[in-house]
Amino acid sequence: MGFFIAQFLTGLANASALFMVASGLSLIFGVTRIVNFAHGSFYMLGAYVGYTTMQMLPGMVGFWAAILLTGVIVGLIGVIVEICVLRPVYRAPELFQLVATFGVILVIQDLTLMTWGAEDLMGPRAPGLTGIIRIMGEPVPKYDLALVAITPFVALALWFLITKTRVGVLVRAATQDREMVGALGVNQSWLFTGVFFLGCAMAGLGGALQLPKGGADLLMDFTILTSIFVVVVIGGMGSLPGAYLAAVLVSVLGVFGVTYIPQSTLVLIFVIMVLVLMIRPYGLFGRPEVAGEHGQVGEPERPIKPAGPRARMIVAAGLAVLALMPVYGSSFAMVLTTDILIFCLFAASLHFMLGLGGMVSFGHAAFYGGGAYAAALLVTYAGTPMELALLLAPLGAGLLAVIIGWVCLRLTGVYFAMLTLAFSQLLWSLAFQWSDVTRGDDGLVNIWPSAWASSTMVFFYLTLVICVGGIVFLRHAAHSPFGYALRAARDSTRQAEATGIHTKRVQWAAFALAGAMAGLAGGLFVFSKGSVFPNELEIVRSFDALIVVFLGGVKTLSGGVVGGAALEGVKDVLTRFEYWRLALGVLIIVVVILAPDGLVGTARKLAEKWGLMRAPEDGK
Amino acid sequence: MLELASVNSFYAKAHVLSDLTFSVARGQVTALLGRNGAGKSTTMKSIMQLVVPRGGSIRFQGHDLVGLPPHKVAKLGLGYVPEDRRIFTDLTVLENLEVGRQPAREDTVTWTRDMLFDLFPNLAERRHNRGKEMSGGEQQMLTIARTLMGNPSFVLLDEPSEGIAPVIVEQMARVILQLKSEGLTVLLSEQNLHFARAVADMAVIIEAGAQKFHGTLESLNAQPEIRDAYLSV
Repeated sequence: MGFFIAQFLTGLANASALFMVASGLSLIFGVTRIVNFAHGSFYMLGAYVGYTTMQMLPGMVGFWAAILLTGVIVGLIGVIVEICVLRPVYRAPELFQLVATFGVILVIQDLTLMTWGAEDLMGPRAPGLTGIIRIMGEPVPKYDLALVAITPFVALALWFLITKTRVGVLVRAATQDREMVGALGVNQSWLFTGVFFLGCAMAGLGGALQLPKGGADLLMDFTILTSIFVVVVIGGMGSLPGAYLAAVLVSVLGVFGVTYIPQSTLVLIFVIMVLVLMIRPYGLFGRPEVAGEHGQVGEPERPIKPAGPRARMIVAAGLAVLALMPVYGSSFAMVLTTDILIFCLFAASLHFMLGLGGMVSFGHAAFYGGGAYAAALLVTYAGTPMELALLLAPLGAGLLAVIIGWVCLRLTGVYFAMLTLAFSQLLWSLAFQWSDVTRGDDGLVNIWPSAWASSTMVFFYLTLVICVGGIVFLRHAAHSPFGYALRAARDSTRQAEATGIHTKRVQWAAFALAGAMAGLAGGLFVFSKGSVFPNELEIVRSFDALIVVFLGGVKTLSGGVVGGAALEGVKDVLTRFEYWRLALGVLIIVVVILAPDGLVGTARKLAEKWGLMRAPEDGK
Repeated sequence: MLELASVNSFYAKAHVLSDLTFSVARGQVTALLGRNGAGKSTTMKSIMQLVVPRGGSIRFQGHDLVGLPPHKVAKLGLGYVPEDRRIFTDLTVLENLEVGRQPAREDTVTWTRDMLFDLFPNLAERRHNRGKEMSGGEQQMLTIARTLMGNPSFVLLDEPSEGIAPVIVEQMARVILQLKSEGLTVLLSEQNLHFARAVADMAVIIEAGAQKFHGTLESLNAQPEIRDAYLSV
């Protein structure tokens, strides 16, 4: 019994930071409709800033003052980010801001590295709370008990702020209809900034509070990001009690998981999430998203056209340049181009479901990594030849997409996105923890192409043919009746249903096709590298593809491919520098601000403006 | 007090308002009349800068409104009551009023909750109810009360009589006349000529975004052919 209680208290203590960070994310999303990918970075900053302030402010009073100060500092950093990065892009198409926040993640990572160095930092002990207390004979750290006691008060204070004060009333009003709040004389910009301050300050508090338990390291931004997404989704977007309950649920089950099923702790949390969402699709306390409620008026989608003669010529020229690469390029250039081609196919597959289908997935790596693992497992355990493995990789990933799509497509919008993320994390944790089969972190190695394709040049051509073929296939699908139905379902579900399109089935098929294509890219990847590790399933991989699609231009057909090529190319140059993340992050932010229609979309608009291309209404 | 000169507004590439030119004098009630889709709501939104006109000028007490953010327009003393009400359904009546609250203004009435509850007795009874628990008529009252909390000197009322019970329409007419007697200026959009006759001094008629008539209600009454051409009776 004592053991049980001690475990439960540890779980509650772990829930503390999780709740604070998650409630901040939920608050920011509610008002600004921005899914702040950088929220984990503010948590990380909280830990580092807290480390420094705690050194400066000694003693018991100093410790707690340092935590509060850290909240304020991180909140102010959030304000800087909001004003400099997000304000210019609020009017951009929905979700485009995601890309900007991703840029912020990179910038914060490198700035933290520059300031505090690469070493993990041990958090200081909390003065006066260093020992343990025995509860029924079981040791419980005093600091854990302090956290368990503090968190409800923080939650209560936040709840009071939101429900009882004028600011809270305005925040809740803006969550529903921010334009109307503006029309009533409230300066939305400052409301947004204020909410950002509060949300980031909560993340900073969380980071500082967990210091004595966990310390600070450079990976904590992504580690917590997944957990807070899970908490917010289980609790329900925008619900404070939901966030608290979910944080407790996740943490307590996590602690018991470590004790009883240490091999599957990571899997457990995602299984819980999937179960909750299957029973309560909008989380424990959430409500359905009402599409269009927030009245974000964008430009109407442009119809997409088959390529004209000029575009065909450009593509043909590009292909010729690629095909002749072995003649003039080094073998390094071929390897790099192989990487880029594979990534382009991966990006194009996400673009297909996102751009044409309107399905924003945060977890597309599930299928890329899924295909990669399918191929690698087949080779490792069944001695499958490369040719067959490359065929089975997309089939496996497609099958996976059929199953995952069936669950995810019950939801829409941000819930859909988060659920896809959860599934990809579920697969990642399987690959990571099921080491009997996947060899966990050591990865599956020695997976090389068949003899005939083992030279760099032959494999390059193989990749070129498969990737270009895949991309052309996706493009054809976009212009087929299936593509029309998919776009119809995206633009007006009801209208599409009324014309006899089974929208869910069409989206499901598109999801599966996109998954299969990503799996194909993953299969090629395995054979190009000779190995696969769990990080091909990671959240970062999903974000890479997402960023590329948005950067290239969601509303254009070639966006995914162009963005993929651009990002991989730029990365290759930048990663030679020490602080490449900083440079890449700044670059991404600049592109987001200057080119809100993405690279292709903005280039097209400029071309139209300068008279190089005809605007659509001048056409026949 | 409010002058529109050659106002042109668009939704993306659709030209919705062309060369709207009229003015509203202080203390008057002006009815903006026209059929469904004529551009009445767009006119209201263009004044509030919720739709930013691409041409022309809109001046309010000497300030040029075009390009201002909506909250600054509101701060100048323009109160906007949207057609689809847009009350905050998860907030209580009192909280909805709180969102609208702004500091007092020298040139106009300063409203308190109690004054508004006198004006709309139904709201007083339901002050702790959430917006979504209220009837259409009550929501219409709430949206007007919410705007009045900002102490506007000029009220834009978009279709106040739309979709509510006749007895409440009468109440709306009384409220508008009371606002006028308090010295407020009102621009209201209407499809219902009968309602406009009951409250308005002046009328502007638009059809397909173009202005067809601007004059007193008496002169409109004297020209039934205009009414027949542009208004469904």
